[in-house]
Amino acid sequence: MRARWHILVVDDEETMTESLAAWLREDGYTVDVASSGREAIEKAKQQDYAIYFVDLKMPGGIDGIETMMEIRKLRLDASIVVITAYATVDTAITAMKEGAQEYIVKPCHPQEISLLVERIVRVKNLQRENAILRRKLTRQYRFHDLVSKSPRMAEIFELVREISSQRSTVLIQGESGTGKELVARAIHYSGERGTGPFVAVSCAALAETLLESELFGHEKGAFTGAVAQRKGKFELAAGGTIFLDEIGDISPKLQVDLLRVLQERRFFRVGGTVELAVDVRVIAATHHDLGEAVRQDRFRDDLYYRLNVINIHLPPLRERREDIPLLAHEFLERLSHELDRPVTEISEDAMRLLVDHPWPGNVRELENAVERAIVTCRTRTLAAEDLAFLRPIEPSSSAAALPPGLTLQTLEKQYIAATLERMDGNVKATAAALGIDRSTLYEKLRRYEIPRPGVLVRG
Amino acid sequence: MGDLGLLALGSPPGEVLDCVEAGLREAFGIPTRRLPGATDPPAAFDPERRQWNAVVVLQTLLARPEADGERLLGVTERDLFVPVLSFVFGQAQLRGRTAVVSLARLRPEFHGLRPDPELLARRAVKEAVHEVGHSLGLVHCLDRRCPMALSLGLEDLDFKQATPCPSCAALLKGGLATSGRSERLAGGYP
Repeated sequence: MRARWHILVVDDEETMTESLAAWLREDGYTVDVASSGREAIEKAKQQDYAIYFVDLKMPGGIDGIETMMEIRKLRLDASIVVITAYATVDTAITAMKEGAQEYIVKPCHPQEISLLVERIVRVKNLQRENAILRRKLTRQYRFHDLVSKSPRMAEIFELVREISSQRSTVLIQGESGTGKELVARAIHYSGERGTGPFVAVSCAALAETLLESELFGHEKGAFTGAVAQRKGKFELAAGGTIFLDEIGDISPKLQVDLLRVLQERRFFRVGGTVELAVDVRVIAATHHDLGEAVRQDRFRDDLYYRLNVINIHLPPLRERREDIPLLAHEFLERLSHELDRPVTEISEDAMRLLVDHPWPGNVRELENAVERAIVTCRTRTLAAEDLAFLRPIEPSSSAAALPPGLTLQTLEKQYIAATLERMDGNVKATAAALGIDRSTLYEKLRRYEIPRPGVLVRG
Repeated sequence: MGDLGLLALGSPPGEVLDCVEAGLREAFGIPTRRLPGATDPPAAFDPERRQWNAVVVLQTLLARPEADGERLLGVTERDLFVPVLSFVFGQAQLRGRTAVVSLARLRPEFHGLRPDPELLARRAVKEAVHEVGHSLGLVHCLDRRCPMALSLGLEDLDFKQATPCPSCAALLKGGLATSGRSERLAGGYP
């Protein structure tokens, strides 16, 4: 399986490149050589090598360290092994700081190179397997565009399968960003109507009159500006599904019109005199508590019962935190590809931040956060620092929620201690959550004498 | 596969060369012949390292007229190196015409042990088969018992057998299809 790993050997001494290349080829690897930093960079642009052996001392303008830095810009996944004839700590440290994975001092024992290459290849194989397994896992938990391993969501997926081929009206309730439209699409595309149109209308986005015309269409001259007859969304959705998002925001008049469509599957265009029949499945969604709106007489109870034939309540993300890693990896894979950024991993600290965040904006907010972090991330791994913008939500900003008599310093001390505890004593994640750098946090921990969990305090 | 010429560089023991010649014939079944001896190429000596550069030795062998018609294996007493490594037991051109084996580190006395001519001969045969195998196009085998397995020390070399495992033998017989050549699994011996 070694031939699939391509290695580039970079050294200005031909005997050196050739002897190392020969050694690696005998081991079954596919090896290219470059005699200068410039040539190596050109080759790295054309091909993605698994390992780069780079000599530190090279003439011709670009030395080994610069070559390595350029290669790392092009290929963040590359493993770079620095070759040096000068066993000084300085050069090795510089090389490692700039991203070299290993260094060897030439001449080295044959065993050293073999073990080193084997070690790197083993890690690369694991990374590859990890990516494959992650993809398999995502497929296992995927239902159309929805990804979840939460038992509550699994029940919803099952319900969606059961109802997909019926025409019954569905009411999807859930906070903003929980994926109501995705569930509606899953219902539509899983069933027999999947080949028909799926027409989505955001009821909150349009004024009453415009919405009426949008839904039912209008005849020529029905109102100022109606210069031609126009079909409404109900007509356009014939044979398929109409998705009425934010149904809780429609006016009392539209509630009546909609009730009629749901009862009789017939309607008039605005300004029209001919009643039109339509075969359409209605899926409505809202982030409001429609039952409560009915109790407060803000929503018609007869319409509510017509809509609420099948009810799906989507849980907020904070109630299915087990999905956060799965979703975060899903977004990372898709968005890093779309944004052309080679970010492939999420560090443990960063993942802890994501899992702990309350996500008031739910899955949509998580997606946006991952996108923002990818854009600013400078390595192939999203770190806690890349998510520093995720400030912890204050429990309450009202004065009543705060105990009286606290000084600002006491408040700061308590807040830092609480955040540190929430982050399991992880300073890096705590600093990121507080929006300060680690040295500032250490300074504050020292000043306020806040002990870190698991760290002994000298008494 | 073509013939193989065996060339003594300097004065390696004749008994060792006899064993190597017989071992190569048994391992690969190709006609071998002994060429008149030659000196170690002076250009290969590196005074700083006090060793002999195997790459230069191979280049010297390649320049010999016999290399036009047959494969050449040089056997030397000199301690060989390649620039990136501190030493090598031998070196070959992968799918090339030349190979060289050093007896220096195969001798028990190099490591402070009592001389053992039979052990030296056995090691020389395995190392010669390994390097000639490379010149025939074989890469390292994952079967530790196969002479084509990588030897990082004498323990590895002593563990090996002297004839290619069935998998490597089949590759040689099949003309070394390039795809999947190095992807075979270990466990070739019954």
